Amino acid sequence: MIPPEFDYAAPDSLDAALQALADGGEDAKPLAGGHSLLPLMRLRLAAPTLLVDLRRVPGLRALERENGGWRIGALSRHADLQRRAELGVLAETTALIADQQVRNRGTIGGSLAHGDPASDLPAVLLATEGTVTVRGSAGTREIAAADLFEDYMTTAIAPGEILTEVRVPALDGWGHAYEKFTRRAEDWAMVAVCALVSRADDGSCADVRVALTNMGSTPLRATAVEEALRGRPLDDETIARAAEQAAEGTAPPGDLNASPDYKRHLARVLTRRALRRAAEG
Amino acid sequence: MGAPGAETAEREMPGGNGYVGRALKRKEDPRLITGRATYVDDLVLPSTLYAAIVRSPEAHARITAIDTSAAAAREGVEAVFTGEDLADMAAPCPMVWVPPGVEVHVPEHWPLARGKVGYVGQAVAVVLGDDKYAVVDAAEQVVVDYEPLPVVVDPEAALEEGAPIVHEQFGTNKVFEWSLAGGDVEGVFAAADVVLERRIVNHRTAGAAIEPRGALAEWREGHLTLWSSTQIPHIARVILSIQLGISEERIRVVAPEVGGGFGSKLQVYGEEVLVAWCARKTGRPVKWTATRSDDMLTTHHGRDQIDYVRIAARRDGKMTGIHVRVIQDCGSYHLIEGPVIPTFTSCVISGVYDFDAVQTDVVGVFTNKFTTDAIRGAGRPEATHLLEVCVDQLADELGIDRLELRRRNFITEFPNERPHGFVYDSGDYHGTLDRCLELLDLDAFQREQAQLRERGVHRGVGFSTYVEICGLGPSRALGPDGWGMQGGYFESAQVRVLPTGTAMVYTGTSPHGQGLETSFAQIVADRLGLDPDAIEVIHGDTNTGPFGKDTYGSRSLSVGGEAVARAAQKVQDKAKRIVAHKLEAAPEDIEVSEGAFRVKGSPEQALSLADVATEAYIPADLPEGMEAGLDEICFYDPDNFVWPFGAHACVTEVDVETGRVEIVRWIAVDDCGRAVNPKLIDGQVHGGAAHAIGQALYEQIRYDENGQLVTGTFVDYGLPTAAEIPSFETARTETPSPTNTLGVKGVGEAATIAATPAIVNSVLDALRPLGVSYLDMPLTPERVWAAIQEARR
Amino acid sequence: MSTTVPIRLSVNGKPHELDVEPRLLLVHLLRDRLGLTGTHVGCDTSNCGACTVHLDGEAVKSCTVLAVQADEAEVTTIEGLAAGDDGLHPLQEAFWEDHALQCGYCTPGMIMAAADLLARNPDPTEEEIRLGLEGNLCRCTGYHNIVAAVRDAAAEMRGASAAAKTPEVV
Repeated sequence: MIPPEFDYAAPDSLDAALQALADGGEDAKPLAGGHSLLPLMRLRLAAPTLLVDLRRVPGLRALERENGGWRIGALSRHADLQRRAELGVLAETTALIADQQVRNRGTIGGSLAHGDPASDLPAVLLATEGTVTVRGSAGTREIAAADLFEDYMTTAIAPGEILTEVRVPALDGWGHAYEKFTRRAEDWAMVAVCALVSRADDGSCADVRVALTNMGSTPLRATAVEEALRGRPLDDETIARAAEQAAEGTAPPGDLNASPDYKRHLARVLTRRALRRAAEG
Repeated sequence: MGAPGAETAEREMPGGNGYVGRALKRKEDPRLITGRATYVDDLVLPSTLYAAIVRSPEAHARITAIDTSAAAAREGVEAVFTGEDLADMAAPCPMVWVPPGVEVHVPEHWPLARGKVGYVGQAVAVVLGDDKYAVVDAAEQVVVDYEPLPVVVDPEAALEEGAPIVHEQFGTNKVFEWSLAGGDVEGVFAAADVVLERRIVNHRTAGAAIEPRGALAEWREGHLTLWSSTQIPHIARVILSIQLGISEERIRVVAPEVGGGFGSKLQVYGEEVLVAWCARKTGRPVKWTATRSDDMLTTHHGRDQIDYVRIAARRDGKMTGIHVRVIQDCGSYHLIEGPVIPTFTSCVISGVYDFDAVQTDVVGVFTNKFTTDAIRGAGRPEATHLLEVCVDQLADELGIDRLELRRRNFITEFPNERPHGFVYDSGDYHGTLDRCLELLDLDAFQREQAQLRERGVHRGVGFSTYVEICGLGPSRALGPDGWGMQGGYFESAQVRVLPTGTAMVYTGTSPHGQGLETSFAQIVADRLGLDPDAIEVIHGDTNTGPFGKDTYGSRSLSVGGEAVARAAQKVQDKAKRIVAHKLEAAPEDIEVSEGAFRVKGSPEQALSLADVATEAYIPADLPEGMEAGLDEICFYDPDNFVWPFGAHACVTEVDVETGRVEIVRWIAVDDCGRAVNPKLIDGQVHGGAAHAIGQALYEQIRYDENGQLVTGTFVDYGLPTAAEIPSFETARTETPSPTNTLGVKGVGEAATIAATPAIVNSVLDALRPLGVSYLDMPLTPERVWAAIQEARR
Repeated sequence: MSTTVPIRLSVNGKPHELDVEPRLLLVHLLRDRLGLTGTHVGCDTSNCGACTVHLDGEAVKSCTVLAVQADEAEVTTIEGLAAGDDGLHPLQEAFWEDHALQCGYCTPGMIMAAADLLARNPDPTEEEIRLGLEGNLCRCTGYHNIVAAVRDAAAEMRGASAAAKTPEVV
C-alpha cells in the first residue's frame, strides 16, 4: 500500500519547522524517522496534509551527559542508543525494539511523541521519571513523563509543537531490566515491564520503579509493586510477593495474542523476572 | 537396517559422469543473489495501465449499486469496470474436480462480483490508470452500496439447521459429502478393546509466499501474453482460453521468476483473467500487483479442517481400524480444486500403520470466508497430524510406550496395498525411526529430561513417523474416471542437443525455488556425458517446449524429472546408434563414460556429444532411415504415486509460567528415494519443517464473527523469523521407489506433512507432569498457559 | 497531485537528480524510476525486509522511507553491494555455496540486512545472527542455511580483513 497524498517541507531550522507546522494547520505533522507514522499512512489509517521533515534541523541528534542525566536529541535513532551500555535501561530497551532496520531509522522522539502504549520507550521514560522538551510558537516547555501520556496514542504535546529533546536521569548504581514478552522476536510487546532498582548498603531496596508496557491505553506505573518493595529486602520471596501486585488497578484491553486475564498474568510474571534481574545488577 | 537399495546400494550411473547424487551448487543462483532475476513486478511494458481493485468490506451482502463516476473522472484514470462489464466473459472461474457419483455444489465465481459478495476482499471493481499510486486513490472513490446479509463463519454452525445460507440456490451450506473406506470398518470397531476418540482442529493458514501475486497482460494483434506469478502456466493457458473465449494457440502464459508458491499459486485467480480481459478491452498492457493485504485476503488459504477421529485397537497394541469424519471449511467460493484437498487426507489416513480397516468421511462446507485450496502438503499434513497425535494419545490410553506402539503397527512389507486400495511403493519405517533415535540419543534425552524436571524445567520430546502420497500422479487414478480431476497428470520433457554439442532441456514443470534447473541438468548430464553447466533448463513459458502440467504435489522430480530422464535416454539411444554407425560397432556396445560415447572394451574409440551432434545436424552419413536432429520428447505418466516417508523428533522446552514454547532440537530423517541433489533435499526439509513450525506455534488465519479477516497483514499473521526457527539436524535413508527409473520420490512437502504432530506431542510430553493431555494448534503462549491452568484446577 | 520535490542522491555510487512526489516510497524510486528491481516488496507493514537497502551505510526498509527522506543520502542496493562489476560479495558467495536461497525473492533484502549485521558484529554467534535477521522473512529455507551462510561469510570477511592487515612479505 502507498500513503495518501500530502505536502512536504524540509526546513533547515527549528523556527522554520515550527512556522511550517503552524502554517499547515491541524493536519500537519512533524516527521522524524517516520517509523511510527509512515506505516499508519501506508495502511491509510493516518492522512496528514503536510509533513514537516525535521532531518535538516540541526542539533537534534545530540547525546550528552549533563547534570546527572542524559540529554538526548529527539532525532537520535534507536541504533544510536542500543549499544551505549552507559545509558542503562535505555540501551537495553532500544536494542529490543522491532528489528535492526527499524532501529536504524526510528527515533526516540518520534516513538515518544507517537504515544503508543505498546511501544517500549514510553514505559522506560515513565520508569526513569524522565522528561521531554517541546518547542512551540509560545516557547519551550518541559513535560514530565507522568504527564506526557494522556490516552491511547495521545500525548500532552500540542499540535504545532515539536519534541526536541529527551532528558533521562542517569540513575547511576541502579539495576535495570526490561522484560519484553512477544510472540515473535520482531513483534510489539504483548506485555513488557521496565524495572529499576536501587539497592541500599544493607542490600535492601532503597528505591524502585516499575512501569508496564501495553497494559492500558497509556504506559502505567505499577505503584503497588513499588510500595510493596521499597525499604524491604530484595530476596526472591519479597520480590515475588511484590510482583503479585503488578496488575493492580489495570484494565488492559484484549487483543489478538492475549486476553486481559493473560496480560495481567504476564505482568505479574514479567515484573517478578524484571525485578529479580534489576536487583542483581 | 535399510531396505534393499538403501544408502550403501551401488549407484547406477547412466553415463558414468556421476552428477546425480552430488550436492552441486545451484545453477539458478547467480541471477538471484545479485538482484538480476526478473519477477513479474519487475517487468515494464510501454504504456502500461496499472490496475487497482476495489474489494468488498462485507462478508456477505447484496450489491445494490456501484457508482464509479468519481473514480472515472479522476485525472489519469483510463477506465473503471465492474462485474456487469464482464458480461462477455465466456465462463466463470473453473473448479476442476468432478468426482463420479458425487454431487458437488459449485457456485458461479466471476473475477468481479455479480450482484452479491460472499467474503471480505471479494473483487467488486477494477480501476485502470497510468500511475500506480493514482489508481489506488481512485479506487477509494468507487462507491458501492451493500445490503448486508447474515454471515456464517464457523463450518459446524454452517451445517446446522437455520444457519445463514451462503448460496441460496443450493438450499444448504453443504458443498459435498463423500466417503472412502476399505476393510471391515464396522467389524473392527465392534471387536475393539479400546476406541480412542478425539476432535482435532487443524486451523486455517496462509501459504504466504514472500512475493505477493501479480500479473501483467498484453494484447497485441489478437494474441494475449500473460506474465503471472504462477505455479501453473500451462494449465492457466487452457483456462484463460476457456474463460476469455480466445483460441488457445493465441495465448502465451509466462511464469517468470516466481517468488515462492507453496500451493498458493497453484491457481488461476480471478485477477489473472481480469487483467487479460482488461488488456483486450483497452488495447494496452495491464499490470496488477497484489499488496500483502490483498494477498492475505484473497490468495487461497489452506487447512481449516475439523477432524473427528476414532481409532480401534486391541489391548496388546494392535491398531485395527481408523475412522475419521472430516469437516472441511471450503470458504464461500471454489477456486481451481479446493474441494478435492481433503481427498488427500483420506489417501494417507492409514499412515505408516497396518490398519485392517480405514474410513474417511468428508463433508465440505460453505462459509463466508475466503476459499481454501492446496497449501504445502494439501490434506496430508492434516492426516499425519490427526494420526500421529492420536497414536500418542492411544499409547497413553493403553499404557504402551509410544514408540513401541508405532513399531508394533508399522507396515513392513512392500509394495503394500492398503484397505482403501492405495499401494505404497516402498518403505522402511523402522529404518528412519532407528536413525532418528540414534541422532536424538533418546536415553540421554530422557536422563536430561528427568534432571531438568527436578529443577522445574519442562522439556519434552515428540515424534512423528509419517508416509505421504505425492508425485501426482497417475492420470488413471486422478483423472475424470478416477478421482474426477478434469485433466491428465503426466509430465513432459524435451531434450535438445544443439549443433555444437550442448543441450537445452524443456520441462513442463514450472519451478519457483525448487532448484530444478540444477537437478534436471544433473540428470541429463549423466545420460549425455555433459557437464551440467552445458545444459540449460527452460521452464515456465507455454511458447516453449511441449504442453506440461506444471509444479505442485511434489511431482516435479518423480514425474517431471523422470520425463527428463526418459527424454535424455531417447537422445542417448539415438546418439549410440549414430556412434555405432560411425565407429562400425553395435549400438549395444556403446556406453557413455567420462564425457564421451565409447566402444565398450576399447574406450579410445570414442565420439564426443559434439561429434554426434555434428553428424545429426549435418546429416550426410546417418544410419539408414534415421531422421536428422538430436531432439527427443517424452510424455511420462506414472503407474503409481510415490510414497516418501520418515521420522521426525522435536525437543521443546515450555516456560510453564507464560506458556511459551521454544524448540530446542529438531531431528528429521526423511527418505525420498534416491537423492539427485542432497543440498536441495536438505533445503526442502528445512523449509518444509519451518512451514509446519509456523502452523504449530505462530500462524493462524483468523476471522471474527462478522467474517472480517483479523490477521490481514504480516503484523498479525505470525510468519516465523530466523529467531523462532531452530537449526535442523537432517539425515536420509535411501529406499528407491520402484515407480520410476530414477528411484526418486518427492520431498517438497514431506517435512510439512511430517512436522506438526512432533511439536504437539513434544509439548504434551513436556507438560505430562502437569496433567495437560491434549492441545490443538496453534500452541500460542496463552493457549498453553490456559491449558496448564485448567489442568491444575 | 501535490507539488513534486527535487532531490539529489547517490545510488550505488551514481549521482541522481530527480523530482519526486513527496509520498513516493524509496523502494519505488529505486525500482520504478531507476530500474533497480533487485529490491523487492513483500509486505505493507515493514515486516518482511525484502526491500532492505543501505541508506548512508545502514540497513533500512526502503518501503518505510520516503524518497524525499533520502535526499542528500547515499543508497546501496543489492546491485551495488559487490565491489567489482562481475565479482560477488562474500555474502553472495556464501549464500550460493550454502544453498541459502530457494525462490530468491527475500534474498536481496536478506543479504543487505546480513551485511549490516556483519558491519556491527564481525563475528556473530548463531543466536546473534538469528536475532540480527529478525526483520527479514523467508518462507522457503527455514533460515538454517541462511544462518550458515552468514557465519561462513563472516569468517571469510574476517580472514580477508586479517589478511589485508598483514604486511606483505616480499
